[in-house]
This record gives sequence, C-alpha cells and structure tokens, in this order.
Amino acid sequence: MANTETVKGTSLWKDAWNRLLKNKLAVFGLIVLSVMVVAVIIGPSIIYWTNGFTADGIPADGDLIKSFPPSLQHPMGTDEAGRDLLARVLQGGRISLTVGIISTLVSLVIGVSYGAIAGYLGGRIDNLMMRIVDIIYSVPYLLMVVVLLNVFSGQNTPEWIKSLSSIFGGAGNQGLNQIFMLFFALGLISWLTMARVVRGQILSLKNQEFVMAARATGVSTFGIIFKHLVPNTLGPVIVYATLTVPSVMLSEAFLSFLGLGVQAPFASWGSLAADGVKNIGIFPWQTIFPGVTMALTLFSLNFVGDGLRDALDPQTRKF
Amino acid sequence: MLSFIIRRLLIIIPMALLVITLTWGLIRLAPGTFYSTEKKLPPAIEANIKKKYGLDQPIYKQYLLMLGNVTCRTKSADEEVRGGVQFSIGSLNFKCFDFGDSLKYPDRSVNQIISDHLPYSATIGILAYLLALALGLTAGIIAALKQNSAFDYGSMTFAMLGLSVPNFVLGPILVSVFSLTLYIFPPARFGGFMSLVLPVITLSAIYMAYIARLTRAGMLEVMRSDYIRTARAKGLDEKTVLLKHGIRGGIIPVLSFTGPALAALLAGTVVVERVFAIPGLGNMFVQSIQNRDEPLTLGIVAFLSIMIMVFNLVVDISYGFLDPRIRYE
Repeated sequence: MANTETVKGTSLWKDAWNRLLKNKLAVFGLIVLSVMVVAVIIGPSIIYWTNGFTADGIPADGDLIKSFPPSLQHPMGTDEAGRDLLARVLQGGRISLTVGIISTLVSLVIGVSYGAIAGYLGGRIDNLMMRIVDIIYSVPYLLMVVVLLNVFSGQNTPEWIKSLSSIFGGAGNQGLNQIFMLFFALGLISWLTMARVVRGQILSLKNQEFVMAARATGVSTFGIIFKHLVPNTLGPVIVYATLTVPSVMLSEAFLSFLGLGVQAPFASWGSLAADGVKNIGIFPWQTIFPGVTMALTLFSLNFVGDGLRDALDPQTRKF
Repeated sequence: MLSFIIRRLLIIIPMALLVITLTWGLIRLAPGTFYSTEKKLPPAIEANIKKKYGLDQPIYKQYLLMLGNVTCRTKSADEEVRGGVQFSIGSLNFKCFDFGDSLKYPDRSVNQIISDHLPYSATIGILAYLLALALGLTAGIIAALKQNSAFDYGSMTFAMLGLSVPNFVLGPILVSVFSLTLYIFPPARFGGFMSLVLPVITLSAIYMAYIARLTRAGMLEVMRSDYIRTARAKGLDEKTVLLKHGIRGGIIPVLSFTGPALAALLAGTVVVERVFAIPGLGNMFVQSIQNRDEPLTLGIVAFLSIMIMVFNLVVDISYGFLDPRIRYE
C-alpha cells in the first residue's frame, strides 16, 4: 500500500525537448548552429591575432594584397584585398546571423500583436486588418525594402538607429547605420505571415472556456489577449520564428547581392558571395566558402525548425 | 460560382489601385529624383524639369495624373499615345493603360519596355515553374508513398538542400562546373534551348524543393484520411485510389503555394538575370527603383500585381475542382 514513489510529471516543454533530442537531424542542426555562433563571436579576433594582420584585416605588406588560394595559413584562401577569407566569413556571419535574429524579433513583436488583436476582436476590425495585410503582401517587398533603406538613410537616419550604432562602437558610421536599417526594414516586411499564423491560432482559441472564464472575472481585453491567448500560441509561433530566420537571412543575402544591403568594409555572407561571384572562374573559393557556410547554417536552421514543429505539435507530425 | 468569379474580379480593381497608390507613395517618400546627379542643377533648369513632368503641381493633382496614366484618362487630340488601349465616346477621346514614357530612357515608352523585356523573364519563369512542378510533385508523391525509405530520406534531404542554397550561389557554381569546366552549356546570354538549361535549373531549385516538401506532407495526410480508406474498402485498385482520390486532395497545399510563388518568382528572376546576363523584366524593375524611374516602376508594379491577383483567383477557383468539399458563396 505504501507507495512512496511519486511519478514526476513532465511539462509540455520538457516533453517537446525530449522529442526534439530524438530527432537526429535537428540535433545535428543545433550542434552546427551552436558551433557557428561561438565561431562567429570569437573567431575573427583569434584569426587576425594569430596571423598578425592590421585591424582592418588588410595585410601591411603590399605584395600580400591579392587573392591567394586556400592554404594552411588561410584555410579558405584570401579575398582580393588579401584578407583572410575565413575571418571575413566569420565576420560576415556576425552580421548575417544578427540580421536573421533581430529581424525575426521585430517580426515577432509586430506579427504576434497584430495577429492576436485582429483574431480576438474579430468582425469588421479583423476584416480590415487582414485586408491591410493582403495589400501589403501584394506590394513588391523589394520595393518596400529599397524605399525604407533610402528614406531613412543619410540625414534622415532616426536617432535610435544612430544610438544603436554608437553602442556597437560606430557612432556616425553610415555603413553601420545602413545595417541596422536593414534589420528593421526586413523585420517590417516579414511580420505578415506571422500575423496570419497567430490570427488563425487565436480564432480557434478565443471561444474556449478559459477565455470565457477570464472575461467573466473581469480581465481586460488587453489582458485576455496578451496574458491568456498569446502564451497559448507559443508553439506555432516558435516554429514559425525558427523558419523566419533562414528566410530573412536569404533576403538579406539577396539584397546584398544586388548591392542594396550590407556594403564594404562590412561583410555578410551574401555580400561576400556577391563579391566572389564576379571572379568565380578565377578565384572560385571566394564564392564557394561564403556560400557553403551560409547554406550549412540555413540547412541547420531549417532542420531545427522542422524538428521543433514535430516536437511541439506531435499531432500534425508529418515525418 | 459565376458570381464568385465576377465578385473576385471586381475586387481586383480597388486592390490594384491601392497597391499602385501605396507604391507611388513609397516612391515619393524616397529621397532623390530621377534627375538628381552628383552636381546640383541650376534652379532654373530644375524648375523647367519640374514643370515638364508636372512636379510643380500640387501633390493631389500629381496623384490624379499618375492614376489617370495608369488607368484611363481623357486625352487631347494632338497627344501622342504609345501603347495601351484608346477609344472615344462622343467627342471625348480616352486612353487606357498607357503608362507613359520612361524617365531614364526617354525614347522608349513603359509599355514598350514591358513588352520587350517580359518574354525573357516569362520564358525562364514558366519553364522553371513547370520543371519545379513536374519534379517536385513526382518526388513528393513517391516520397510519401514510400515513407521512411531511402528515396524518402534522400529526396527530402536534397529538398532541404535546395531550400538552403541561395540561387546566387547555385547559379555561379553550375556555371563554373557545366560551362567553364565541362563546356556543356553556354555560361550566359539568351538564345536557343541550351542557354536556357542553367538559368531554369537555378531558378526552379528552391520551388522544386518547396513543392516536394508540401506534396509529401499533403499526401501523407490525405492517404491516411477516411475517404481514402473508403475508396480502398469499396474495392478500388491502388492505382485508382492514388490517381483519382489521393493526388487531388494531396496537392491542395501545393496549390496554395503557387500564388505567392509567382510573386517570389519576380525576385528570383532578378538574380538569375544578373548571373546569366539575361535582359529580363526583373532586372529592369530593380533598376527602375534605383533610377527613381517612376512611370516604369509603376507600370511594372501595376502589370505584375494584376497578374498576381488574377493568378490567385485562378488558384482559388481550381480548389473547387480538386476538393469537392470546398464551396463558393
């Protein structure tokens, strides 16, 4: 009779985490991403320090300013200015990954609140809000980004963007300002799908008993939306956010490739690959290494996103 | 059904007008003009340019003029029309869809530029889309039917790869392998079937991957559903079950993707056009934005957004043929 053993319950999140760990591809993705993040944070300094380069990475000796193929000293070769390409790729990774993360955060904040408000209020407001989303969808996003980047550049750069740049040690640096603008421009266009996902979730949740109970006890509309409904949509939101990161990173690379995004001396994987493409016949490593690094990261992010979807929502498990 | 189509067709008009208005607003918000150069223009010349293009008028008049150019407006007898449709009612002459002249290339009308450059983008885009559909659907269906087989894992990993390699990396890699090393396909330029192979593969890779994944997921869900079990239970052979019932339901998610894909194809062609030196519309569009060539940008946006909306309507209509449970009201 005396059963002293207590069964320890596992939470939803713990369950999901365990399921995620069983997914080999997702674990592979997580490991690659962790290694990438660490490498990107500390890598460039170590490489420059061991190779004895100047601060901007361009060798002091003029004879070294040319493209060298991969060697032991430069595992990925060098770019046209003689900079170690591995270091450039890692530096580029800082910007590419940050673009992905910050833009996704911006799209999370806007998309989740917008979708939740539209879904909960319903009726005409919902209709109006979702038609606005439809219309923004049909404006070419390239145009939106180009205009946003142009409108808020130069003297028109908002103060808070400038202060962000100065936190990162580049007060008044136009290139850095442009990068921060890119974060927000991409975030501002990538919230649309998030809003749709969240609205759909809220629609199916808002008639449930716990919402009625909250309303009966006098919780405000704001409180119901953000305290009771939004936390219940976290699963799909996390999954979708994980999949937004690679798509935003692709957009950034695409814009940098067109010469609209990150510009020298700053680098992102997209801008490095775009620089390399000009000489792909002669110096193929200048395209292949940034491109493959980016592809590997996107590959891992997609796998983690897929794994999370399967883990958080076992019913819709497709694999 | 008919009233649904008519209603949707009518909605396209205000939607397109809104898109054009928004685009126009965005262009006007952006600093710089088509005539601004490094050197500052003398005020007299600037005033002249402004007068010629109606930029000295109040903003609402400029807006109405723009709107008239993009849609329909009356024209004076001596006005030259270089494209679009014209007709007259009584003594009034109307002209429609004449987007005016490009500001960057003053000797070419926007209609002319669109009809010159569209065929290149359309050829590559349509071929890429057909290739993506053919291979993506096949791979997705086989992967779903042989779930957890080697083919399933192989094709889905390959699809994930397709989603992760940016097309501006894929294109140059294909060029350096197949053109510069193996000498099979020409590296650039547009002409003949051989020159189309690499651009079409580059453009279709990501859609192929997406379609394969969507098809697989859709098929897996459908093949487990009750109506498929019913079809099997009433003694249909596996082929009929799959072809007549399974695929119809399974590719609905793919269908929903085709609408956004058309819009995304525009962005994709820009890269392919750059990499393979193809004079398509996508590149023209990016340039028009950078040049602040307002009539050209608006013309392309108007043309493409209407195309996208019509295409979305076609997609919505075809839902009904694929899934009899979907009703239009």
